[in-house]
Amino acid sequence: MIIETRDLTRRFGAAITAIDELTVEVTPGTVGLVGSNGAGKSTLLKMLLGLLEPSSGSAQVLGHDIVTEGEAIRARVGYMPEHDCLPPDVSATEFVVHMARMSGLPAAAARERAADTLRHVGLHEERYRPIGEYSTGMRQRVKLAQALVHDPDLVLLDEPTNGLDPAGRDEMLGLIQRIGGDFGISVLVTSHLLGELERVCDSLVVIDGGRLLQYTSTADVTGATRRIALEVDGDASPLVALLQGDGLVPRIVGRGLEFDVADDDTLDLVRDHVAELGLGLVRLQRQRHRMVDLFTDEVDDA
Amino acid sequence: MPDRPDTAEATAVVPGGVIHDIGYRHYDGPRLGRAAVVRALFVDGLRGAYGIGRSKRSRVVPFLLLAFACIPALIWGLVVTIISLDELPIGYSEYIVLIQVLVAIYVAAQAPTLVSRDLRHRVVSLYFSRPLGRMHYVFARYTALATATFAFIAAPITLLFLCALLAKLPISEQLPDYLRALVGAVLVAMLVAGIALVIAAFTLRRGFGIAAIITVLLLSSGLQGFVAVIANEAGSELLEEWAAAISPFALVDSINGHLLRGESVFMGVDPSWVMGAGFLAVWFALVATCWGALALRYRTVGVS
Repeated sequence: MIIETRDLTRRFGAAITAIDELTVEVTPGTVGLVGSNGAGKSTLLKMLLGLLEPSSGSAQVLGHDIVTEGEAIRARVGYMPEHDCLPPDVSATEFVVHMARMSGLPAAAARERAADTLRHVGLHEERYRPIGEYSTGMRQRVKLAQALVHDPDLVLLDEPTNGLDPAGRDEMLGLIQRIGGDFGISVLVTSHLLGELERVCDSLVVIDGGRLLQYTSTADVTGATRRIALEVDGDASPLVALLQGDGLVPRIVGRGLEFDVADDDTLDLVRDHVAELGLGLVRLQRQRHRMVDLFTDEVDDA
Repeated sequence: MPDRPDTAEATAVVPGGVIHDIGYRHYDGPRLGRAAVVRALFVDGLRGAYGIGRSKRSRVVPFLLLAFACIPALIWGLVVTIISLDELPIGYSEYIVLIQVLVAIYVAAQAPTLVSRDLRHRVVSLYFSRPLGRMHYVFARYTALATATFAFIAAPITLLFLCALLAKLPISEQLPDYLRALVGAVLVAMLVAGIALVIAAFTLRRGFGIAAIITVLLLSSGLQGFVAVIANEAGSELLEEWAAAISPFALVDSINGHLLRGESVFMGVDPSWVMGAGFLAVWFALVATCWGALALRYRTVGVS
């Protein structure tokens, strides 16, 4: 386990409960922390760093208690905040070297690691220019580099794709995938966008209103379901009647129909019905779970 | 932990040469403790206080001020050497009071670069997500500014002392006064750095910080003079003497006179151990207050 929380709770005053009795065990790998804005993601990260004391409950990061061993955690964890945190008047190289030294690396090692890390995040010649002249994408890379420069066992990335254009977003997601894969560093990455975490994470923690909604591997979530999407050209209403006659419950979704099937034989039946009615079969597709469904369903239940 | 693949071995052989893709390498070297980190931050702050390691432009102000602070010492020193006076035209401690405006401008200009910058650009959240504790950060920044300020004051005094030696003035007379002035420089530097850092830590904009620090330091000197004059008019010798506690420079000068029994500009009565102890207590109280204010300021910073 890289992260274990038990009934972890954080209140701000009496009215606001940012994290509400969160119990979750996170295994090594790339883990997504999903939740809408204000779901308590940043609060959770700050508690995991030992910067914010829990109101009740407990948590361990890399086997260290967050209340009593915050310093040990911070020595082996890298943190990339959501907000801007870079001084404009120094170069990326100088800044990342300095931050490496602040993590306890000797001067020579700090210079070497900073150069390596900046290369890995994709900053080349521009790293000698003052950070004030950088684009948002380059600044995000510097923020990522300072979180990696001391070769942590775990990095906490708070909304790393915030403010990036689609291309920059893809590059950042690619980098995150490499950190979890090639670099062998566990990643906990937050986002309010499910789609992008789906692509890069091994597993997902979904929180809302400070409570755990779901903890699953991405494969489980996005696996195949029994739901079928059917789309025909022409009037679908006689088909609906036929399907209902077979005991199916079709719903009209957009231009097509959706219904659950028990086995593959039913699919043959559906195909035959379409042929009988002389309709053109545009689409007959087994649906995959999308995490959006799971997320919104759970929210509705809660 | 996930498996850490040894990517250093990932090489590909192509005809005509070998491409080494060293990939990501893990760091197995030493990780230094807190003392080394605080020392590194101290050195960074000390260099920053003189604009070293920053842009050329940021070196102009500190070194120009330092030059201004040294020029009178150099002139007097040369005068003494050339026309062979038997004593310096100005005392070492007196010199600290003479350059107080320059010292005030120097700390006002440099304190914001040490703390306001980290607060304003929220670099603090990166410091505090590392093993470094909040008060260790404050300690490193404070000692850096205090040391830089001490160097700023000590440089012209030392220049003066060297000139005195060159002029063959008796070292047995010069050395004690010089050492007293150095003690005074330490006390002034610690107090002024504390005041400047507190103000800088509460003003995120550099310009406001500079203006506020100069105002506070110069106003305290002005107020000290004002109260002393009023007390003198009213015939209260005691109040006139204690007025020195209002200004950091007058306070340390009085400690020098009463406690170290050296030359003093502000001491108007006979040296008294009790008054000396009183002034020293005020100095301790002020420095402690600065630390308290900084602790309060940095208690929650970088969290929310």
